[in-house]
Amino acid sequence: MKAKKSPMKSTAASVKPKRFRSKRDVLICQIALSVILIGAWQFASGTLIDPFWISRPSDIIVYIGNWIFAGDFVFHFGFTMAATFIGFITGAVSGFFLGLLLGRAEFWAKVLDPFLVAINGIPRVALAPLFVVWFGIGLLPKIVLVFTLVFFVIFYNTYSGVKSVDRNYIDLAWVMGADDSVLFRKVILPAAMPYIFLGIKLSIPYALIGAIIGEFVASSAGLGWKIQVETSLYNTTGTMGGLVILMVIVMLMNWALERLEQKILSWRPQQRSAGADIA
Amino acid sequence: MDTTDTTLLEFRGVNKAYPTRDGEVVAVEDLDLIVRDGEFLTIVGPSGCGKSTVLNMLAGLENPSSGSILLNGRSVSENRMKIGYVMQSDNLYPWRTLVQNVEFPLEIRGVPAKKRREIAIDYLRKVKLDGFEDKYPYELSGGMKQRGNIVRALSFSPDLLIMDEPFGPLDAQTRLLLQVQLLELWREEKKTVIFITHDLPEAIALGDRVMVMSARPGRAKSILDVKIPRPRDIAHIHEHENYRELLSVLGDQLAEEMQVASAIKMEA
Repeated sequence: MKAKKSPMKSTAASVKPKRFRSKRDVLICQIALSVILIGAWQFASGTLIDPFWISRPSDIIVYIGNWIFAGDFVFHFGFTMAATFIGFITGAVSGFFLGLLLGRAEFWAKVLDPFLVAINGIPRVALAPLFVVWFGIGLLPKIVLVFTLVFFVIFYNTYSGVKSVDRNYIDLAWVMGADDSVLFRKVILPAAMPYIFLGIKLSIPYALIGAIIGEFVASSAGLGWKIQVETSLYNTTGTMGGLVILMVIVMLMNWALERLEQKILSWRPQQRSAGADIA
Repeated sequence: MDTTDTTLLEFRGVNKAYPTRDGEVVAVEDLDLIVRDGEFLTIVGPSGCGKSTVLNMLAGLENPSSGSILLNGRSVSENRMKIGYVMQSDNLYPWRTLVQNVEFPLEIRGVPAKKRREIAIDYLRKVKLDGFEDKYPYELSGGMKQRGNIVRALSFSPDLLIMDEPFGPLDAQTRLLLQVQLLELWREEKKTVIFITHDLPEAIALGDRVMVMSARPGRAKSILDVKIPRPRDIAHIHEHENYRELLSVLGDQLAEEMQVASAIKMEA
């Protein structure tokens, strides 16, 4: 059937139908944008601005290549990742359990609230030197710093997740015969999962930031330490190279998390994750 | 006649009062009621008359301030696992597929995975939801979700099915379809049903008896038998003499209570 343009329809027809843009189109635009930005940088460096200040992409790539294949990259990378992940896991697990516990124990949540707010209010940068005094310059102070960052993010998210569980879900489960353990495992936990996952997504970049700050303050190893050393030598290429590596790490983590989220939270209607990536 | 062997549920002088800032509010007062085994009882009343409180007390979610509620001669607290509850809002668990939702009460009871899947699929077929087993609730329409809620409440063979305005948010066509399916299920399963609605035609079309609750405090204002033979053809139920009679009598009673209810609201 051919649709004839009636006067009625002409108004609707004048509004162009939204062109369907595929994932591939998005990717193409992203690649184009990267090429333009990096190309502009490459071009500006040496013509508009002295490469001493901004280095240049080609130099950075060479630097990273040398560092990875002929340098001590693996050692520093391993150090930073160890601090990040050990701090993340311990912080996430304890934040998660405290969130669950306090989410179900209103009295203690009220008692502890000002303490948690106060401790969480301390800028971690200010704590970092103290951790050096307490724990030395090895891996431990970095882990503790990461812990203090991740713990609160996961705790608050888990807590609000547990608090926000629809009362009817719990009542109905109870009527159907659920005991506390079933209620916890099969109703409260899955219902709180989107919140908990948001907490994980938010806290992963924090974990890395914590490790880097720790290394900046006092260290003898790690990507953060390396970046600082290069900066102190006025080696802009080295500094930028380190930053690029950090960027890549965060992007990879994010990608992996999104994959995991799609799997675990497949029961939710597809939606864009709002703002969660900006941390 | 000795009613004890056919009595499933009994309310004995049940009262329920809530403390509020302006003193006590009596939600339910002196409720005496006997529900027979296999009966379909519908309850109508103005909003805020304590209908939902009655169901919540039955389900064991709230305790009566005084009086007792006996199911099979025992207090409801001992009967927690024997009641299926369908609420007005859709309460399928969004993180479970339809069939997993229906299985949920069986899973709690430790029914083996294969067996409970069989039972759930069987029930879904009864309400024409076969083919949607693996859909998540967000992928289903309101009517489908509510059918899912109903069979979830039935899947573990409860002694009593209680429903709180389950078809309230649905459109007229869907509503009719679900009423027909509910009656079919009820005939097959021979369950006792207590069904709350604010819709008088629905109450008459479905019930063996219709109870009118008074405005706050809620009491049983009257209980009338519906003498329309079963199986009923709901689409043509208005052609019955008794339907029109009941609609008129109950309609008057309900209108009276509505006036009282709105007067209470004005005061507040």
